[in-house]
Amino acid sequence: MPKKAISPIKVYTLLPRTNCKKCGVENCMAFAVGLVNMETKLEKCPPLLEDEQYKKNYSELKAMLSPPVSEVEFGNKDKRAKLGGEFVMHRHELTYLNPTTIALDVTDEMSESELMKRIKFVEDFNYTYIGKELKLDALAIRSVSNEPKKFEEIVKFVSDNTNLPLILCSLNPEVMRAGLSAIGESSPLLYAATKDNWKEMAELSLKHKCPLTVSSPNDLNTLRSLTKTLLDYGVKNLVIDPGTLAGEGLSSTINALTMLRWKACNEEDKLSGFPLMGTPITAWASSNGEGQSKAWREALVAAMLIERYADILIMHSLEGWTLLPNVVLRFNIYTDPRKPVSVKPGLRPIGNPNETSPVFVTSNFALTYYIVSGDIEAAKIDCYLLVADSEGISLESAVAGRKLTAKEVAEVVKESGVEKMVKHKTLIIPGMAARLSGEIEDETGWEVMVGPRDSSGIPKFIQEKWKKS
Amino acid sequence: MAKKEDNLVKKLSDSLVGNLSRYEELELEDVTIDVKELALKMLPTPRRVIPTKVKPTELAKVEFSPPKTEWVGKIPEVTLGARVDDGGTRDRSYIIGGETTAAFYTFEGSMVHRPVISMDVFDMKITLPGAVRAHFGDVLEDPPEWAKQCVEKHGADMVNLHLVSTDPYIKDTSPQDSAKLVEEVLQAVRVPLCVGGSGNPAKDVEVFEKVAEAGAGERLLINSLNLDMDIEKASKPLKEHGHVAIAFTQMDLDKARELNRRLYDYVSKDQIVMDTNCAGIGYGLEYGFTIAERARLAALKGDQELQHPLVSGISNAWASREAWLEMEPMWGPKEIRGPIWETITALSMLLVGSDYLMMLHPTSVKTVKEIVDYLLKGGEAREIPDWASAKLGG
Repeated sequence: MPKKAISPIKVYTLLPRTNCKKCGVENCMAFAVGLVNMETKLEKCPPLLEDEQYKKNYSELKAMLSPPVSEVEFGNKDKRAKLGGEFVMHRHELTYLNPTTIALDVTDEMSESELMKRIKFVEDFNYTYIGKELKLDALAIRSVSNEPKKFEEIVKFVSDNTNLPLILCSLNPEVMRAGLSAIGESSPLLYAATKDNWKEMAELSLKHKCPLTVSSPNDLNTLRSLTKTLLDYGVKNLVIDPGTLAGEGLSSTINALTMLRWKACNEEDKLSGFPLMGTPITAWASSNGEGQSKAWREALVAAMLIERYADILIMHSLEGWTLLPNVVLRFNIYTDPRKPVSVKPGLRPIGNPNETSPVFVTSNFALTYYIVSGDIEAAKIDCYLLVADSEGISLESAVAGRKLTAKEVAEVVKESGVEKMVKHKTLIIPGMAARLSGEIEDETGWEVMVGPRDSSGIPKFIQEKWKKS
Repeated sequence: MAKKEDNLVKKLSDSLVGNLSRYEELELEDVTIDVKELALKMLPTPRRVIPTKVKPTELAKVEFSPPKTEWVGKIPEVTLGARVDDGGTRDRSYIIGGETTAAFYTFEGSMVHRPVISMDVFDMKITLPGAVRAHFGDVLEDPPEWAKQCVEKHGADMVNLHLVSTDPYIKDTSPQDSAKLVEEVLQAVRVPLCVGGSGNPAKDVEVFEKVAEAGAGERLLINSLNLDMDIEKASKPLKEHGHVAIAFTQMDLDKARELNRRLYDYVSKDQIVMDTNCAGIGYGLEYGFTIAERARLAALKGDQELQHPLVSGISNAWASREAWLEMEPMWGPKEIRGPIWETITALSMLLVGSDYLMMLHPTSVKTVKEIVDYLLKGGEAREIPDWASAKLGG
């Protein structure tokens, strides 16, 4: 369905076709395939950039390969947030590229200690998941006071104390101007131009070279009119915010984001081709009830917006449980779907195993493998990990569905030659495969120890049950 | 002398003219012109026109028109459960499917049927996360009572009775005993029932045969038929007693099509729903999410072999350790993390088109139903609160 599906042949015909290898790959065709798959950049082809005769081809290729959702950046030179730059609406059509930026808010009515607490929270937020660090990305400074002087002071304080990318939030151009005067070198994202202030905001955006958010809550006609007007005004770096309703009206929010992204990716509609903003923070402004229920709602809305194409989210809650599922979800959704689901079966030594080291068995579902090996590595346990062929299916289903049986375990034991590497004959099988213990002992002739149901229990298990002899 | 002065003036004015024509503006410093009358005559040179774009002064007026999606396919409607006037004993039945657009594309028309939110019950005590056990602790060995609580206390639309103890490697419960339990649960609750096996393909076929007999006329949902089974043997009792099959495949659309094709030989299209497999956030969500999304989009674009309602085992969310593990205090208590993990997994699968969710935790069920209400309500929304300048608690 994406209109932007580009054929490598078409790209190839515009390349120099000299197979000079300067880009690092064998020939121009391979480079063309890499370009189409977003694995390399046009700028890696020196002749295309340097040789006059390819000038026209270069600009043609540039246009051809540019994403239907433009890429907008903000922040400072050390730390930048990249929004949009997406080619497809559904991840299987290629892959998503720039993970949704998640910003938390601070206000100009917070005390310095409160500001520092929130700044530190965002900076220090870190969850290690299959070897990757999942983090938060930016701070949104909101002017609650609506006083230029106050906003200026707080913007100064925040930018002196962090180099996180910033979003300045005020609908009052005077306040915005004051905030910008305190910002120094970096370029924040401005929030927002509305039907009432667009001219002043456009001037500020042009003067300070900052991207500008277009906001028209729940009114797509005005949103589109504003987008066109600002483009005509000369503001090219725009972010679109159709408004987020966190309860009543949620369907119109989901619809707006879906329609905008559809028009950008599938109809090449230029006025929809900008990064989209979602503001789960509205859960705190709209609903009644306690903080916990607002945080809960905010978390759910954030998740739905991540899946419905938001490129940047502004959130409020500092609860780990609202943010953790969302950074994990974001990581999942932005994983390249071309990555295989399974890893190769076989033997993996971890650390420096010797002949008394334990031997673990796991499945070849990629995720199971990464989680198990990650846990073992983190605990610094020297061992052998036997990856049995479960047809790339997770352990629990593979055991129930008889995809992982004693036969597959015996196969990997035999083929790996692990029996020559250790002097014991004990296999540690996952707790979820406990029901296979008997048949594995019969089939392999090894003794079976049933390990924990989750690999997070491995360190404790080894400490208590594994005796080095 | 006069001639010399004349020459000087001429030279000066010539260079002035020359400079003026080149620079448009000229500033003379430390120059005194001491003459009675100075007349500079020069041809008017046209001002260089710099092509500046005129900045708009008014807001443009452009309309936003919804996209043109051009779906051609339709998901058939499948009825779950049979009321007395339909030959069963249920107090209600549900229709799932019927979609002609992608999930929650309500800008293209309303969703015909609400997704069904069901809850899991197991036929033996199994390892369950503490947050779930806390709600069902006293009924974990009493499946009919457990089912009753799901429906009466927690508002489950349907109950999924999982006959895990039938696995020859677990308890090897006989098909007859399992069929008896199905009858008991059908007595205990009046909602439509889904009955699942242990996942052992050979044993499941035997179990389903007896279950289909025991639940004749009730239009049970049978969980599940797969390619490792003797399809003919597995589907015959469903055809004979009028039940619905979940066609289960593991993240592979070619296999999903193949299984459906094989089922078409024995049962009608409105007796098949698909489970393309799903996993929780942090434990493979992206695979289940994308395979279901691909299946549904392909179906709407006309792939007839994938035109079936989708079923998702949301309870798989609890396999992610973040859902149940005691973690550092900053990540919050597992009693909250677990339900939120399951809820977000459920919402994810709903957004890609799932029609039937199997769930575990009462709070997740309640929340998902609430959100579905919001998602299905069309019409104009209220004013959006001004979050940018609002004082917020928390």
